[in-house]
Formats: sequence, C-alpha cells, structure tokens
Amino acid sequence: MADKGTAASLVTGNALAGDNYLNHTKGLRSWLFTLDHKRIGVMYLVSILASFLLGGIFALLMRTSLLSPTKHIVSADTYNQMFTLHGAIMIFLFIIPGIPAALGNIVLPLMLGAKDVAFPRLNLASYYCWVAGAIFSLLSIVLGAVDTGWTFYTPYSTTTNTSVVAMTFGALILGFSSIFTGLNFIVTIHKLRPKGMGWFRMPLFVWGLYGTAIIQVLATPVLGITLLLLIVERTLGVGIFDPALGGDPVLYQHFFWFYSHPAVYIMILPAMGVISETVSVFSRKHIFGYKAIAFSSIAIAAISFLVWGHHMFVSGQSNLAGMIFSFLTFLVAIPSAIKVFNWVATMYKGAIRLDTPMLYVMSFLFLFGIGGLTGLFLGSLAVDVHLHDTYFVVAHFHYVMFGGTVIAFLGGLHYWWPKFTGRMYDEAWGRIAAVLVFVGFNATFFSQFVMGSKGMPRRYYNYLPEYQIYHQISTIGSFVMGIGFIIIAVYLIRSLIAGKPAPANPWGGATLEWQTTSPPPHDNFALSPEAGDPYDLEAFRWDAAVGGYVKKSDAAVAVG
Amino acid sequence: MSDTHSPHLAHHFDSPVQQFESGKLGMWIFLATEILLFGGLFCAYAVYRANHPEIFVYAHRYLDKTLGGINTAILIGSSFTMAWAVRAAQLGRQRALKVLLALTIACAFGFLGIKFVEYEHKWKEGLLWGKRYAPHAEGRAEPAADPAAAVAATPPAGVNAEEHTLIPPPARGPAGLAVSDHADERLHLEQEAPKNVQVFFSVYFAMTGLHGIHVIAGMALLGWILLRASRGEFGPDYFIPVDLAGLYWHLVDLIWIFLFPLLYLIH
Amino acid sequence: MAETTHHGAEAATATAVHPFVHAVPFKVLAGVFAALLVLTVVTVAATWVDLGRFNLWIAMAIATVKATLVVLYFMHMRYDRPVNAIVFVTALLFLALFVSIALIDTRAYQPEMIPGYAPAMER
Repeated sequence: MADKGTAASLVTGNALAGDNYLNHTKGLRSWLFTLDHKRIGVMYLVSILASFLLGGIFALLMRTSLLSPTKHIVSADTYNQMFTLHGAIMIFLFIIPGIPAALGNIVLPLMLGAKDVAFPRLNLASYYCWVAGAIFSLLSIVLGAVDTGWTFYTPYSTTTNTSVVAMTFGALILGFSSIFTGLNFIVTIHKLRPKGMGWFRMPLFVWGLYGTAIIQVLATPVLGITLLLLIVERTLGVGIFDPALGGDPVLYQHFFWFYSHPAVYIMILPAMGVISETVSVFSRKHIFGYKAIAFSSIAIAAISFLVWGHHMFVSGQSNLAGMIFSFLTFLVAIPSAIKVFNWVATMYKGAIRLDTPMLYVMSFLFLFGIGGLTGLFLGSLAVDVHLHDTYFVVAHFHYVMFGGTVIAFLGGLHYWWPKFTGRMYDEAWGRIAAVLVFVGFNATFFSQFVMGSKGMPRRYYNYLPEYQIYHQISTIGSFVMGIGFIIIAVYLIRSLIAGKPAPANPWGGATLEWQTTSPPPHDNFALSPEAGDPYDLEAFRWDAAVGGYVKKSDAAVAVG
Repeated sequence: MSDTHSPHLAHHFDSPVQQFESGKLGMWIFLATEILLFGGLFCAYAVYRANHPEIFVYAHRYLDKTLGGINTAILIGSSFTMAWAVRAAQLGRQRALKVLLALTIACAFGFLGIKFVEYEHKWKEGLLWGKRYAPHAEGRAEPAADPAAAVAATPPAGVNAEEHTLIPPPARGPAGLAVSDHADERLHLEQEAPKNVQVFFSVYFAMTGLHGIHVIAGMALLGWILLRASRGEFGPDYFIPVDLAGLYWHLVDLIWIFLFPLLYLIH
Repeated sequence: MAETTHHGAEAATATAVHPFVHAVPFKVLAGVFAALLVLTVVTVAATWVDLGRFNLWIAMAIATVKATLVVLYFMHMRYDRPVNAIVFVTALLFLALFVSIALIDTRAYQPEMIPGYAPAMER
C-alpha cells in the first residue's frame, strides 16, 4: 500500500498526499464502522476532548462562583450538581480513557510493529460503550443532575431525589468500555509483539499500558457490581448497603474504593509511560534504568490494590484497617519515586531540547513531585484527620490527576500529533501555552493547599471571608489555564489545515511508530519491522533534506 | 505464513496458532473479570455471614436443598455435554456437535425452570429481598403489613427510643420485622427469627439473580453457536467460537458450584 | 503429561495440520463428570453430620475440588498455555485480597457500632 505514495513521501516519510489511514476509505460510515485502531483512537480522542471541554466549563463556573463568599452566580443546589458533574465527567469520561483509549489505541500497535490490536471489533465495541455510557451520564443532567459527588456514597445516593440511576448506569457501561480496552491491550502486548521484541525490548509506554490494563481488568468489575447493587438498591430496595435494612454503608466504601483507588493508577500509569518515552527522546539520551521503570509500573499496579482504605480513615473504618492501610499507602511512594529518579537521571547530562513535549515533561516532574509528596501527608493517619475533606485533598489529587495525567496527556498529544495527523503544530505557540498552563495550574491549586491546611472544607458553597484571597488567586489561575487551553485548541486545529507536513520522525525517536510514514498507512507498516533497542537514539541523525531524523544505517545504504 | 490462507484468519494475525492463542487468552481475561464481578457479591456474603451467622443459619432453611441439588447436577451435566461438544467440534463430528450443544441448552432451560419454581415459591411466601421481605405462613394469603403502619410502628422492644431517632426510619420498613399482634403464628415465627433476616434474602437474590442473568446470556451465546454449527461452520480447522463459548459456560457452572453450598448447605 | 491422544483418522489429521488442537479424551470427560456428581452427593450428605464450624470448611473444600476438576479438564487448563492459568489464579488472588481485607475491617468495627444508631442494625 505504501508504494502508492508519491516520491516526495518516500523521501520525507510524509504520506499526506499518498495513501494513509485517514484517506484510505472515505465517508462517515467508513469512520463509524472502522476497525482500524488509529481511527478508533482518533474518534476516542475527539470524544474525550469534548468531555474535557464540558468538565472544564463546569470547573470554571464553580471557580467563578467561588470568587466571593456571598455573591454567587449559581444556586447552592446547582453548585452541588456542578462539582458532581465536573468530577464524574472528568474521571469517567476523560481521564480514565484519556491516555490508554485515545493515545494508546493510536500508538500501541504502531509501537509493536503490528497491523492492529488483537481484537479490532472489541475495540470498536469499547468505543461505542463509551458513547452509550456518556449518553446515560449526560442524560442525568436532564433528568435531575446528580448531587452526590462522583463517589455516590450511600446512604445519601440511595435517598437523594436526583437521577443517580442514570448516572451510575452510565458509569457501569463506561466500565465495560474500560475493561474491553484493557483486555485488548493485554492480549495485544502478549501475542502481537514483533520479531526481536522480548519483554525488555518493549517501549516503556507499552509497559505503562500493560500495568494499566491489568488494573482495568481486575478492578473495574468490582465497580460494576458496586454500581449494580446501588442501582437495585434504589429501584428494588435490595438493602445490601442500607443500614435500615441491616445493610452496611461502610461496605459500600470498601466496594467503591477497591475499584476507585486502583483507578487512580489507571490514570497515572500510562501518563508515566508517556513521560518515559518523551524524556529520553528530548534529552537525546538512552533512558536511564529501563528495567527499574518497567518493573515499577507493575509494582505500582499491584500495590495500587492494597491501599484503598486510605480513603476511609475517618468514615467508619476500624482502627486496625486504618493502620494497615496507612502503612501500605507509603509503599506506593517507592516505585513512584524510582520512576522520578530515573527520569531525572535520564535528563542528567543529556542534550535537552525544550520543545513543547519536553516542557510538559518538566511540568510533570515538578507537579507530580508535589502531588506525590503531599499524598504522603494524607496517608498518615493522624495528619489525615486534620486534612480530610479539605481543599488540601482537592489540591493534592489535582496535582496528581491534572499535574500528572493531564500534563502528560498534553505532552503525549504534542509528541504524537505529527505522527497521526501528518502535520506539525506551531512550536512557538505550543511553548507559550505550555507555560501558561503550568503557571495557571499552580496559581489555581497551590493556593488550595494553603487554604486547605487552614481548614477550608471541600465541596462547600460558602466560606468565611478569611479564605477569600486564596479563592480569588485560585479562580484567576483557573482563567489563565483556560486561556492556555484555548490557545492549544486554536493552534492544533489550525495545524490540521495549514500545518507544515510532518516527516516520519520529527523528534528522532527510536520506537517503531517513527519508522512508518506520518500519517501511517492503513496497515501501519509496508513490511513488518524488526525491533531493536527502543531507546537507541544514537542510531538516528538529523537530515535537513528530509526535515526530520533518519536512521544512520539507512542513510549509509542510500549513499553507498 | 503458509500459502493456503485460511478464510478464518484475520488480517492482523500471522498464523492460526497466534489467533487461537490470542482468543483463548482474551477469554480467560474476560473470565477473570467475571470472577471479580461475582467477587463483590461473595465479599458481601462473607461479611454478613461472618458478622451475623444466625441470620444465615435461620434463613437457609427456607431454601429447598433437593431442588438446589438437582440444579447442581443439571448444571454439571450441561458442563459435561459442553466439554464433549468442544471435543466433537475439534474432531469435526458435526452431528454430535449439534446434539451436544442442543443438550447443553436444554439443561440450561431445565436449570432456569427449577430456579423459576424456587423463586415463585419465595414470592408467594413473601421471602424476598430487603425492602420487599414480608414473610407469612405458608398457605395463608395473609396481606403484608401496611407500609404506613410500619412507619408509625413503635421501635422493637429493647431499642432505646432516643438512640433510635438519630436516623429516620426507612420509608417502608421490613414489614416482617414490625411488631404485630394480629396473628399468633406470625408472632411465633418472629420470636424464633433473628433480626434482619431480609439480609440473607437480599444476598440470595443478588447472587442467584446475577448468576441467572449469566445463564440466560450463556443460552443466547450457545444458541448462536448452535446456529453456526448447523451451518457446518466448525471443524478441526476452526472451532475457536465453540471453545470460547464453552469456557464461558463452564465458568457459569463454576460459580454455581460455590453458590450451592454457600446458600443451601449452611449448617 | 499432555500427550495428544489420537482418536481415529480424523483426529490424526487434525492434530497433524494444527498442532494446537487438543481434544480431551472422552474417558477423561466422563470420569470428571462422574466425580463431580459423586462430590455433589457427598457435599449434601456432609450436612447431615454436625461438625460445628468444620461443616463450612468441608463444604468449601469439596466445592474447591469440584471447581478444580472443571477448570483442569472441562476448561482444558491442564493442556493450555500457563499464561491462561496465571490470569485465572491472579483473579482469584485479588478476589481473596478484597474479601479478606473487607472482612478484617468489618469484623474489627462491629464492636464500635452504636446500638440503635441505625434502627435495624442493632443486635
């Protein structure tokens, strides 16, 4: 198929004019019923970015409302619904599928030199489960927006008049979507690796996705049964979690967090994978401590199942379990820190190039460091009693979720953007936006650490005047971030129309996805590639004629 | 890749072996998710049984061991015919494959039929889950307690009324627990019964209900496989769908193997 | 251990062409079926004897043996690639983790509950 490409594409590796997955078949139906992992990934990407926009609008409305302790733009009930929708949309619709289902879908088979994921139809089913789940979740806005918070704690969630059933049913279907993606990725990684790619020749992003997939497969079903029990409790009166019927609401929390704590690692593990790829490429240096990073992904996946009780320190859990969980929580810090040390060591004495993806890498290291370390405060039993349900917690998980996952998502989006669109974005605007997002983020959430430690409780509509200054800083920061995102949206969309055609390998990456054209052909590779060391960056050199990197050995052959 | 490209080989696989092993691994991972889905209910069961064993000892007597035992045998039988059907497909014995698949589905119908008899019995006796639990003596068409009366009812003896008011009473309390001095048999039954018997029936209906849904899903799956088998699609070259459907069906059996002693055979 | 047993010419060609085809011998299937039925009778019979809390453990042990037979022979695990067994056992381990920690915690906080706090919870 690749030989249909023009002569120019053969030289630069840009296939925009020739045959590629975007123009291989035409028409809306060819997209809606596609089995091509790249197209499914692109559909996922567009969908999750739309949910990100929606969740972001809710966040900005909340922040605007919190500018003043007395004057509000929304009513108290609407505020409760908005923070619930913000949380539920961002978590279930955006962050969880964000990196694996969108970027992972596009990149994973390319990195493995495979033609597709193991089960292409299941992949499409996963996408449509996401769509159906999103519809049900958003339907709840019309039917009476949920005001329980995204955790749906009983007994409030079984007694409130809002449409908890629609929202939880939506989340249940989204769970199927997540399970299908995870299952598909595990089988793909096990069975579709190319010649020469043993387990320790896999790119670290693949390791990250593998750890993620394990959690998706093992934890999500428990969320499924939790939400099912919640639904039958509301509709039929099965009182497993209802104290009035002899049920136990603390058991609900065990059920919920057995999924939802590991889910935090569904969000962060692929983000760490993105960082492992980009930090090496933009430092022009082999990744430091490959095996340590790979194993720590699996260690994080395993330990993530042992710490769920730290969400329940002050909500009815026994002292015994509290102590066990507090101890186990500290264990997660070890593999996370191993990764951070290795990334920093990779940068050490590297030829660091501050392109947009690298700016996001550095943001990530800084913000994830703060997010991770403040997590240790919250993991200590006694300190948590003071900080529980304050803005400190809000700031902590936004530093991890946003400062970690979303920043890495943006880094990955910029890193692979030339590959799957075939266009370069505007580098100058990219850097400006990355800085704006970083500054805005810190203004928004660092002030929340301060007010949280002073006792400002989360989820409150009103507050004492002494907290106003922090709320104002936070709100201004959120607007700065909003402007950053608008800039990103504008230059990325503009690049689709007027961007410079991207070469096959604009950054000099050594993983297999850079060895095919940008955008890749329908079948990914003209010939099944053979894998080598995924971080052997020395093997590539800049070629001005191509406008990208080429393999030194290939160039030698061409000259000879 | 061999020159004789199998029509069943998807384009992204190199060989039938790779495709076969991928399918198997995928199915096993799916079964792992099923185990954890049911795991939530096993967890609820373990928690309530460990903390309130008296409820389980008391309430399990309302389940029919004989019917449960017969159903266990039926399901084991269906697992046997299913495993045999996979063998028939692998050996290309078309007639045996069709007969065995049909037998498996027939067993599933038998299982659901007996389950229906059991459910109907409980329905008549008011031995239902949580809020719907309203037992009455067998053979007597006694109406369930008036929900309004249950709300207004005084707290059961032994509960301090002031402690009691911290959480408002449920809109409709478990009518079977409400103190009532209408019928002597009722009173007798209640004196014997521990509190919160409805928990057992909540767990019972949740577990058997979810299992029943899986049986129905399995029947649909096997029906589809039977349809394809009747078109002669399967043979030594291509039997993955039969094999995978079989794995799913065995898991349904596997879960019942644990549900039966946990729910029916409490001592 | 997993020698392929050939049953007739059909099977011989099948295994020759596709090395991954392994048909479980009929005798094995029938034997497992019989064992499962016997164990079902045994587990019902065990409830006639009062052994206190051991009744539960006996019932669970028999169920586990039955499940193992189904997994090994009906589900081919004995003849399968080990990775499938690893997936299955991992799921069981995580289930055990979930149940045991929830159990430890709920057992530990039972005495801390305030009687009558929730009307129907008090014992």
